[in-house]
Amino acid sequence: MGYVMATRADEIATGDPAMAGPYRWPDAQGHFGPYGGLFVPETLMHPLTELREAYERYLDDPDFLRELDADLRDYVGRPSPVYHAERWSRELGGAQIFLKREDLNHTGAHKVNNTIGQALLARRMGKTRIIAETGAGQHGVASATVAARLGLECVVYMGEVDVARQEANVYRMRLLGAEVVAVKSGTRTLKDALNEAMRDWVTNIDNTFYIIGTVAGPHPYPAMVRDFQSVIGREARGQMLEKTGRLPDVVMACVGGGSNAIGLFHPFIDDQAVRMIGVEAAGDGLDTGRHAAPLCAGERGVLHGNRTYLMEDENGQIRETHSISAGLDYPGVGPEHAWLKDTGRASYVAVTDDEALAAFHGLTRTEGIIPALETSHALAQAAKLAPTMAKDQSILINLSGRGDKDMQTVARMDGLQL
Amino acid sequence: MSRIQTTFERLREEGRTALVPFVTAGDPDLEVSLALMQQMVAAGADLIELGVPFSDPIADGPVIQRATERALANGVSLRDVLALVRRFRETDRETPVVLMGYLNPIEVMGSVPFASAAREAGIDGALIVDAPPEESHELVAAMKTQGLDLVYLLAPTSDAARINAIGEVASGFVYYVSVKGVTGAGNLDVEEVGGKLDAIRAQIALPVGVGFGIKDAATAAQVAQVADAVIVGSAIVGQIETLAGEGRAEEIAATIGVFLGELRTAIDTTDRVAEHV
Ligand SMILES: Cc1ncc(COP(=O)(O)O)c(C=O)c1O
Repeated sequence: MGYVMATRADEIATGDPAMAGPYRWPDAQGHFGPYGGLFVPETLMHPLTELREAYERYLDDPDFLRELDADLRDYVGRPSPVYHAERWSRELGGAQIFLKREDLNHTGAHKVNNTIGQALLARRMGKTRIIAETGAGQHGVASATVAARLGLECVVYMGEVDVARQEANVYRMRLLGAEVVAVKSGTRTLKDALNEAMRDWVTNIDNTFYIIGTVAGPHPYPAMVRDFQSVIGREARGQMLEKTGRLPDVVMACVGGGSNAIGLFHPFIDDQAVRMIGVEAAGDGLDTGRHAAPLCAGERGVLHGNRTYLMEDENGQIRETHSISAGLDYPGVGPEHAWLKDTGRASYVAVTDDEALAAFHGLTRTEGIIPALETSHALAQAAKLAPTMAKDQSILINLSGRGDKDMQTVARMDGLQL
Repeated sequence: MSRIQTTFERLREEGRTALVPFVTAGDPDLEVSLALMQQMVAAGADLIELGVPFSDPIADGPVIQRATERALANGVSLRDVLALVRRFRETDRETPVVLMGYLNPIEVMGSVPFASAAREAGIDGALIVDAPPEESHELVAAMKTQGLDLVYLLAPTSDAARINAIGEVASGFVYYVSVKGVTGAGNLDVEEVGGKLDAIRAQIALPVGVGFGIKDAATAAQVAQVADAVIVGSAIVGQIETLAGEGRAEEIAATIGVFLGELRTAIDTTDRVAEHV
């Protein structure tokens, strides 16, 4: 049974009126309630239609799913384990904490689950060139990696600011044979890299496949990336049942664009007793305005092809974001999270740079696992929540990536220069 | 009849092709934009496309992106653009003005308040680049209520079904994007464009403008042979950038006026392909 195919299998009825019956979003036009959709220039309509048709065809194609499963197993190293963080749980003094170890994947984060899927799709569609946007460089590295393996040309767009603060990942991408283009427009960060990738795509649609790195963008990206990332939650659901004999009380993940979170959440959506909590970046604090928390402190708007919650000013201009973790530094969020928030199926909170950093050190010292700064946001929220829960309850956290890439940043916070 | 319809009607009777300049409102500032709009009309512009600055212009190439950034650095908002057109209308009641921009500033204002403010300011229509027909029901209804036109893009990759869907909601005119790419990109193939325009005209009764890739008098003249309107953006905005960068903003209106005069002459002296006259 294919990883993707199984998405459709575990559907259980819910009681919520907005979510009556098994969860089946998005609709045929890519809407999650009022969110999502296809807000793009006419020049992108054709490639997006082509992509949607290919995706719908291969989603149920046994041959494609076999190929995907084999790569996830032999190249990525799936299934990733679920680890009971006993010492950290004891220190926090409440619920038992379990970590879904996406940090153990090839390339060190969950991102590769999606790039493998999209790159295999690109090859089936006969595309010879892939492009990607990246913030921290994790998605860029994951894209360059699969491009190298499949022998595809690869161009990665990265904001000039991020190129400067993520030097090591830029070098990794170049080693892997990718061309890294520093984007000099706008705020010179992730959102501008996405703009530039879209511009490349309209210009080179004949041979180019655009691999978006999160559950944002126009339909079918939010649904497609979710389906590729849902392998996380499907595995974890089975692993928790096996380990503890029941489902977790809470599933939790950090939310940048929202791909690692939706990948964990989606297979639990119809398990109404399981609480889902997404953790955004509060940066210097939500009240300072210097943050990256559109779900907690943003408004509805349209950006990058979909309607969602955004960080924007009163004139509809997209605002600059701030987070210690480049991977959460994005002013929008996947439309499905906007819908899960409005329907109340998931809740969203935000933690500050300082709280994330404290959790980073906490996990590192008690468990010998150095998490990514993005992931550390989810860990910080768990550290707040666990003590309020009983010892026989459990929190399952998506450990979305490892912290090797963040050594420079953390050292600088500690006043050191590496 | 709307100002846009009246304009195309008159041009058709005269056997002429419309000259449609695009400039970004507030680049380098709103005073220059006003003078520029007036000068462009004096130099032969038939309709003005006014870019509304947006922080994330995904369909624009580097030249118009930088114009947007200059305008945003001055804090120019959708409200300021509406106010600019209101001032333009104090002296010009004939020349249609179409806003070109992205959905989010309108989304934040609300479709209904936007359409009524636009009408009140003397705007004639809007082309919202990232609001395709399937996502613009609300905006279409709001614009229609105010008697304003919604202009849509068509691309080389638009098939018969897309052309049909756009034909059902478009009004005023349609805008054919002549190259695969962003504004300011590439070289256009006039023969290929002509063929595509025939296909569009077979399904849509509105005038068809052609833009993206028209750089100078020669390309304008070529496109004028097949199009109902020649739309020129980056070639104008690039000159504005140079002058603004050299601190010669007061020369912008005059310089662009001269450039448009050249385009006007080239367009009017070219032979239109018979069937479109
Ligand atoms: C380790 C890690 N976690 C999380 C994220 C945030 O992305 P998303 O919200 O799509 O999972 C990133 C992005 O770079 C990342 O590298």
